[in-house]
Amino acid sequence: MTPEHEARETTYVDAIREAIFEEMERDERVFVLGEDIGVYGGAFKVTDGLLAKFGEHRVMDTPLSEAAIVGAAVGSAMMGMRPIAEMQFADFISCAFDMITNYAAKSRYRTGVGVPLVVRGPSGGGVHGGPFHSQNPEAYFAHTPGLKIVQPSTAYDAKGLLKAAIRDDDPVIFFEHKFLYRRVKETLPPGDWVVPIGKAAVRREGRDLSILTYGAMVWTALDAAKTLEAEGIDAEVVDLRTLFPLDEEAILASVGKTNKAIVLHEATRTGGIGAEVAAVIAERCFESLDAPLVRVTAPDTPVPFSPPLEEFFLPNADKVCRAARALAGY
Amino acid sequence: MAELAPEQKLELYRFMRLNRTLEEKLVNLYRQGKVVGGLYRSLGQEATSVGTAYALSKGDIVGPLIRNMGSVLVMGFTARDILAQHMARASSPSAGKDCNLHFGTPDTGMVSAIAMLGALVPVMAGIALGARMQKKSLVAMTYIGDGGTSTGAFHEGANFAAVQKLPLVIVAENNGWAYSTPFRRQTAARSLADRAVAYGMPGETVDGNDVLAVFDAARRAVERARTGGGPTLIEAKTYRMKGHAEHDGQSYVPGEELSEWAARDPLERYARVLLAEGTDPSRLHDIDAEIAARVESDARAVEQSPFPAPESAVRGVYAEGVAEVEPAIVRRRW
Repeated sequence: MTPEHEARETTYVDAIREAIFEEMERDERVFVLGEDIGVYGGAFKVTDGLLAKFGEHRVMDTPLSEAAIVGAAVGSAMMGMRPIAEMQFADFISCAFDMITNYAAKSRYRTGVGVPLVVRGPSGGGVHGGPFHSQNPEAYFAHTPGLKIVQPSTAYDAKGLLKAAIRDDDPVIFFEHKFLYRRVKETLPPGDWVVPIGKAAVRREGRDLSILTYGAMVWTALDAAKTLEAEGIDAEVVDLRTLFPLDEEAILASVGKTNKAIVLHEATRTGGIGAEVAAVIAERCFESLDAPLVRVTAPDTPVPFSPPLEEFFLPNADKVCRAARALAGY
Repeated sequence: MAELAPEQKLELYRFMRLNRTLEEKLVNLYRQGKVVGGLYRSLGQEATSVGTAYALSKGDIVGPLIRNMGSVLVMGFTARDILAQHMARASSPSAGKDCNLHFGTPDTGMVSAIAMLGALVPVMAGIALGARMQKKSLVAMTYIGDGGTSTGAFHEGANFAAVQKLPLVIVAENNGWAYSTPFRRQTAARSLADRAVAYGMPGETVDGNDVLAVFDAARRAVERARTGGGPTLIEAKTYRMKGHAEHDGQSYVPGEELSEWAARDPLERYARVLLAEGTDPSRLHDIDAEIAARVESDARAVEQSPFPAPESAVRGVYAEGVAEVEPAIVRRRW
């Protein structure tokens, strides 16, 4: 990483690579394993260049075996390593579900042996990937005690949260939104810094209603807020950043101020993270609400392939604006 | 055949006898309602567990399943540990968080199974991988039943270990039954050792009721693993002499098979070998008596030991913090 490099704007995907690179330089226990991550540099080039720098023992191309990738990560983490396991698409994490939810998540509780690993991969739609290359599987994992679930929306968070995830003593599932890989960028500060797991960020302050969201939908919410501003509706946008453990205080602070809440996520509706956020609000600041809570999410269907179908499926700024107008007028 | 000193041969006997006596005590406690949950026997399979784990050295790590009590004992865990696990006491290695033989830490030479069979194979491959990355020379050994070899996790783990040439010994314990499912409904393969061909690793079938033969096969596989020769699949042919668990009367098992295998009981068989080699019968009797007394006193001590504190249920999920039990209802006042 040259100073010239640091002065340039860094994309979300490059920020992830920088986090891995810097952590591998800092700590020789850190290594990466996954399918096509070494010679090829990863399906999305997240790990491009790491093999040349760190060698095949720390940048390990594996068989097409998600259970073995995560299982081997679990075992090596139990031995004191800090593995980062890549799922080529977050959709394929289902193939490693048992290793994550039954082995990694429960190990500390059952035996006292922590499993400090990161399982990371590209999630999300908007790229016409169809039902098996577009999913947002975070809710499956948020329901599993023992895991932490992170989903960054910015290059800064992608780098800082991934570093925090690698340093965390518990298993962290790290979902990168593939739509953001090369679409968002910013100038990152030099030096070594992390973004703490479990802390939300207010992306836009507002008085009239809160949009609680994460991942690529943060940008959708900000687009919507801009439109709403012109209509005299002042929306606050809260980026949850960590989905487990939720930053309940940040949720309560925002809703306590605006008294109206939209929960926005790209994942499907029923049993989603939005349901949990709604439960937190209902339990802890019921009397602050001046209107029903509204969820803006994908419908309860698989992610469809054809562009008009996917566009219909995905939440967007228009849908958020419609919900916000209804709430503002409640 | 490997050369074992006379004292080592007696030690093998001691572990097998302890395995059996301890389980018989657990049956007794189970019938008194003192064992919490199910009880899974390894009757008739003691030689496989003891003989394989005995081939390991200090620093090696084993990943046993529920019928590998013998391996757990060989690795240095005590009757008291196992009794406390089955009686769900605070003093158990899992502190009451998990049952039966589901416990262990790499630094104590054992990694805990989970109930999802096959899962330990990739995890133990990871143990071997993590050790190799840290230049620790150790061998990992794990077990799988005939049923468990049908899982995807078994296949993925075996394949990964072979590709990475990891120091892993996989002991496929073919005891004929996966719950009520016989071997022929589990696989069309002739033997579990045949599966090794597909992974490009050596495979061998051994008489799982002959502790010396088991030890010898395991010793060679451990040596191969330790010297960079990669993983080995050992099929130990044995027989599950009891049901899946104590509640299961195994009505589906043909009686003649049971009597056939009863005649091959690994403990009696090994005792005959020792006596034929000139071991004084009183040595074996002394071991039996000492173990019986020890297990009785351990069981009494565990019975008198406390259950875990209820509130410890919400601790230890994460490195930091306590799981929320119930939300406080907060009424805001203006």
